[in-house]
Amino acid sequence: MRKTLYLLPVLLFLVIAGYFALGLQPGRDPHELPSALIDKPLPDFDLPALAGGPNISNASLKGQVAVINFFASWCVPCKIEHPVLMRLATKEKLPLIGIAYKDAVEDSQRELAKGGDPYVRIGVDRKGAAGFDFGVYGVPETYVVDKSGHIRKRFVGPLNADTVEKELLPLLRELNRS
Amino acid sequence: MRPLLAALALAASLALPAMAVEPNERLADPVLEARARTLSKGLRCMVCQNESIDESGADLARDVRLKLRERLTAGDSDAAAMQFIVARYGKFVLLNPPVEPATYVLWFSPVVILGLAGTGIALTIRRQRRAAAAAAPLDPAEQTRLAALMQESDS
Repeated sequence: MRKTLYLLPVLLFLVIAGYFALGLQPGRDPHELPSALIDKPLPDFDLPALAGGPNISNASLKGQVAVINFFASWCVPCKIEHPVLMRLATKEKLPLIGIAYKDAVEDSQRELAKGGDPYVRIGVDRKGAAGFDFGVYGVPETYVVDKSGHIRKRFVGPLNADTVEKELLPLLRELNRS
Repeated sequence: MRPLLAALALAASLALPAMAVEPNERLADPVLEARARTLSKGLRCMVCQNESIDESGADLARDVRLKLRERLTAGDSDAAAMQFIVARYGKFVLLNPPVEPATYVLWFSPVVILGLAGTGIALTIRRQRRAAAAAAPLDPAEQTRLAALMQESDS
């Protein structure tokens, strides 16, 4: 009994050290939060298209696996993410849906003309109303939607080669199979 | 006198919590505005994460303040307006975590730990008392020795 009591501080130390080790994980971002909308249907939105033509709405995405990317010309991390999106569009032939979040139309257009346009369609969310319904709290954010129109995953912050290879592409393969 | 006054004014302004609610956001109806202010104090700003939207100057906090006021003006109850925000941003926006199965550990572990520690201390004290009470009485030889020792210290 006495002996085991002496082990208590060691045990306590191990627990605390364990939590510290978790906190020091190189890939860990304490700002990253799971979306409140995971496994919930896509919120209703109906946005004018940046290029003109029919509006982009949640109804127009029905029946397909969709990747929706919130971006803005004023957003610096979006510039870091941009080459990754370009590669997804050209190499993986991924039909990316873009939503220009709180961005003036001319600014989005200028930015895309300069760096290339990875999106098949872009909705204009000038006031950020759609972003609010999605629970966007920092651009870029990327949402993966399954065929039934349910949100399956959210990425906060720029996608990188690692998250694309290890999380995004496997998830898309799985969703496209079902 | 002047510098002293200036210093006092500066100190007072530092002590005041920063108010991020801008005049053009305020509702004309003081009752609704008061409700909005109370609710804002319990909502986390998702960008700064440790500030309420009432204190935060972030754009997103402003959006949420405006949405909250919009819901209240539309006739939502306090609970319905909060639910509106939580449905979009998750329970993490609540600065005061609700009591529910997922947070039982958070809310009740202090009580449980206190209870366990208290029981441990009570048991130890009882065991010590019992050990003291159960000590065997002195045998005749010990009694004579004790008497001798007492006399020695008296003289």
